[in-house]
Amino acid sequence: MLQMNHISKVFRTDLVQTHALRDFSLTVNKGEFVAVTGPSGSGKTTFLNIAGLLETFDTGSYLLDGQDVSHLSDTLRSRLRNEKIGFIFQSFNLIPDLNVFDNVDVPLRYRGLPGGERRQRIESALEQVGLASRAKHLPSQLSGGQQQRVAIARALAGSPSILFADEPTGNLDSLMARQVLEMLEEINARGTTIVMVTHDAELARRAHRNIHVMDGQVTDFLEFASVEAATAAALV
Amino acid sequence: MLIYNLKLALKSLRRNPVLSLLMVGAIGLGIGVCMTTLTVYTLMSNNPIPQKSDVLYAVQLDSWSPDEPWEEPNLPPTQLTWRDAQSLLQSDIPVRQAVMFRGGFALQDMAEKLPPFAADARVTTRDFFALFEVPFQYGAAWDVAADHDPQQVVVLSKKINDKVFGGANSVGQSVKLDNREYRVIGVLADWLPTPKFYDLNNGNFNEPEEIFVPFGLTVPLELQSRGNSNGWKVEAITSYQQGLESEDVWLQYWVELPNAKSREAYQAFIDQYVMEQKKLGRFPRPLNNRLTPVMQWLQVNKVVTEDSRVLLGLSFLFLAVCLLNIVGLLLAKFLGKSAETALRRALGATRGQILTKNLVEVGLIGVLGGALGLLLSLAGLQAIKALYRNYERLVQLNAELLLVALLIALLSSLLAGIYPAWRAARQSPAGLLKTQ
Repeated sequence: MLQMNHISKVFRTDLVQTHALRDFSLTVNKGEFVAVTGPSGSGKTTFLNIAGLLETFDTGSYLLDGQDVSHLSDTLRSRLRNEKIGFIFQSFNLIPDLNVFDNVDVPLRYRGLPGGERRQRIESALEQVGLASRAKHLPSQLSGGQQQRVAIARALAGSPSILFADEPTGNLDSLMARQVLEMLEEINARGTTIVMVTHDAELARRAHRNIHVMDGQVTDFLEFASVEAATAAALV
Repeated sequence: MLIYNLKLALKSLRRNPVLSLLMVGAIGLGIGVCMTTLTVYTLMSNNPIPQKSDVLYAVQLDSWSPDEPWEEPNLPPTQLTWRDAQSLLQSDIPVRQAVMFRGGFALQDMAEKLPPFAADARVTTRDFFALFEVPFQYGAAWDVAADHDPQQVVVLSKKINDKVFGGANSVGQSVKLDNREYRVIGVLADWLPTPKFYDLNNGNFNEPEEIFVPFGLTVPLELQSRGNSNGWKVEAITSYQQGLESEDVWLQYWVELPNAKSREAYQAFIDQYVMEQKKLGRFPRPLNNRLTPVMQWLQVNKVVTEDSRVLLGLSFLFLAVCLLNIVGLLLAKFLGKSAETALRRALGATRGQILTKNLVEVGLIGVLGGALGLLLSLAGLQAIKALYRNYERLVQLNAELLLVALLIALLSSLLAGIYPAWRAARQSPAGLLKTQ
């Protein structure tokens, strides 16, 4: 699903060069649930930004769902993001003056889907996260957990192949965090590949595989479940 | 997508009402000032007879003083002497030609139900009406014989016909002009050439005259011009006839020359005429006769004043200053929404889609600013109307100018918004997402 080979990324200012990723190689298979851990400044977010096509890289190659994305134009990268990738952020990133329905609608608008299909997808996604009755609420009228569920619904509505979650429970209490994690596990069980960046070791242990990043490189792999088992579960 | 972007733009404007009001207000003020001056300028420089303006010529003969020109730089007088006008009337080169001057009568209805009142008159030849395509509501112009023989007939303006005859067809009825009976032979429909190009000696933007009488009455009734009359020669004038034979210029003269050939022929004719007059001791200045088409005529007579041009320039400069302020405000607004922009980019919006979204918002600000600007222009025009009564006819916004105002508002706001919208769309989404 995701194959990065020898990726490097350097951030340059007039005075300093920062090697955010160096010779970074990683393969994530279809249907996997991978947790990426590492200390602050280790390069987790840069990895996620490159993997999510939000940032370009300097050297190496990157295949997303079999497609080489190294030299795609900004427009094609945007289209790929829209059609294949879902994002979940730590701080939910909902648009405050749009209601729940319209927040979930955002990626579908940019895909140019007809109104009927958009409505159907939004209602189905909100149903999945248990917020169908809150469609007209503004984000400020929802709890943190509910807001994150709206963000999940927004990601689900586009039927992505892969979902990138950046500290998805970082702003939630433990009860809400467990609910959100269970939701992610359900989504993964239905076949969506998930890559989750987290500081939380407990959370990371729930993934099939834990990738530890240090100084811009993958330093350790720890498998908690086999990919085959995950894929089999997805097919049940 | 346009409707979606419009909804987002409305929400965005409501999110920061003070900032939005500032921007709308700045555009509105700029547009208001611009449209006020532009309206006056446009109407001042309006082509009053677009369908014929390139075939109608004002005739100018340089009969002025040997010591100095009528006006620098070496311009001939804008009016003719009686003698010269009479001579030019003999030419059959123009398709149509009209000599004229401004007169005036005391007008009263035959039944004397209305008190007599002063009516502005144009004393002219028959061709005046066809030459300037003056529309008739009832009747027609007088017979060509009336240009030479005294016939007491009159053509009324619509306004006078409404006043005296209640708007009914008055052809065949009579009115009293200076206590003489004149038969009404025609009533004009609405006719309002702006500027009043055919006689710019008596108010560039005055309304056309209220009554029109044949030129043939001039000598028999010893009619005097109520317009401007100028002379350069000291002459003893003790009789009406001496006045007619003097070098005073007081008659306007227009010809219709449909093509270059007739124009050249007529130029040759007037030059030849002046050469003959020189032999008689007249026309002491070098040959300087001109046939001036309508739009050039407006320039020669400085219908659009230099002050108006400067004011127009200043008002557009003011709009530019307003727009510069808006650039700053928009930049602050769009960069303040970086996190939302980054999110939209992450969710699949292309740079073009973000640019379009921002430009729709800018366009909406422009349209709202344009609407406010129109209200301010109406107020500005009313103020001009109150201050300058002779501009009364100029101070009205027509549909064309309304459209121009909205177009200027839209274009200028888009111009101001392109850079901020582009800057916002160019931002990298990575890094901004965590800051929300």
